[in-house]
Amino acid sequence: MTNDNVIVTQALRKFYGTMEAVRGLHLSVGRNRITAFLGRNGAGKSTTIKMLLGMVRPSAGTGTVLGKQITDAEENRELRRRVAYVAEDKPLYGYMTVEQTIRFVRSFYCDWRADIEKRLLQDYELPLHRKVNTLSKGMRTKLSLLLAFARCPELMIVDEPSEGLDPVAIEHLLQALVARSAEGVSVFFSSHRIAEVERVADQVCILEKGRLLVDASMDELRQFYRRIDLVFSSLPPECEFQISGVERIQTSGRQMCVFASSNADAVIQRAHEWNAVSVEVAPVGLREIFLKTVEGN
Amino acid sequence: MFLKLTPTTGQPLYLQLMQQIRHAAETGALKDGDQLPGIRTLAEELLVSPNTVVKAYSELEHEGLLELRHGSGAFVCVKRRTRSLADQMQDARRRIRDLIERLRDDGLLEEEIRRAFEAELLYPAEVVRKR
Repeated sequence: MTNDNVIVTQALRKFYGTMEAVRGLHLSVGRNRITAFLGRNGAGKSTTIKMLLGMVRPSAGTGTVLGKQITDAEENRELRRRVAYVAEDKPLYGYMTVEQTIRFVRSFYCDWRADIEKRLLQDYELPLHRKVNTLSKGMRTKLSLLLAFARCPELMIVDEPSEGLDPVAIEHLLQALVARSAEGVSVFFSSHRIAEVERVADQVCILEKGRLLVDASMDELRQFYRRIDLVFSSLPPECEFQISGVERIQTSGRQMCVFASSNADAVIQRAHEWNAVSVEVAPVGLREIFLKTVEGN
Repeated sequence: MFLKLTPTTGQPLYLQLMQQIRHAAETGALKDGDQLPGIRTLAEELLVSPNTVVKAYSELEHEGLLELRHGSGAFVCVKRRTRSLADQMQDARRRIRDLIERLRDDGLLEEEIRRAFEAELLYPAEVVRKR
């Protein structure tokens, strides 16, 4: 399967002092797919991304990006040539103008796409002659995105791309992501914006406290995650519903709410065996999946 | 053709896309020989992963509703079967309309009817048969 994956990590760990930021992470990111990396603040997303790019040294474990060992300095340099990265804090030189920044960055890469540079400059309405340190947060984000999108990498790793962007700019960002993906670029991006992830992602990974809790395709999530609301004349014991696929059960009075990641039909069956008065099945959106997963942990 | 996907419902986007294209062919909004947008164009327009469009197109090709010509795009091929399906759909809608009318007469509210329909649709087929 390694050939089909652009990122693979095995038992990747990172300690900052005694704080364990990433706890034995097994991650695989598929080629030619858009993979979203979700998690609360401090879940370990940025640390993981920095380990992939050789900016932070793992405490233990291994990983490859595009088949190259991330902990080998030489191989890591090689892989970074083939990866475009947008950092969370969008570091830029404040004393340069927008135009100087683009010219400066362009000189480092032989895969630069002048057509995309031109199109994004137009879409983003960036002021060419303003100094970077006078730009708003959203403008800085746009400039950082332009610098990554205008390359022709095999893989894009984007940390929080939508930070500070207005809805129109987010629309442009998603369009650019989709366009690059259609050209065969694999995309790995972290985001807090559930609604945009839900549209555009093929695969979703949810990280919490340095561990991967969910790794599933959006199709699977849509098809199998269900919330089943039950009403009984007398409530059966909760353990009767703790079957495979059931993630959480909440009860209140004669009502029971079952949150299942699969196997909803078995839950419904069980509910009928216990003579449920009412059975309601509803699909679960990514937002609820995220909250339930993260809170339940 | 106007396509509209709902990311929050419990149905994969490629299935939604397939249904809407099928529906457009059944109602005649899409005619035999019509060309659909390219994968990249449609993905950008709908803001979904290109893989979603690829999957929908190739499944529809498998069903015989689309013909994918390499390099030149996707073309609709409507057969006779689709026509009779259009009649079937019209008939189904008529029956559903009647049923809803009766439920309204029984005093059920719009929202309650909607919930009942959605709940029944989400029941797995085997469970329904056993009931």
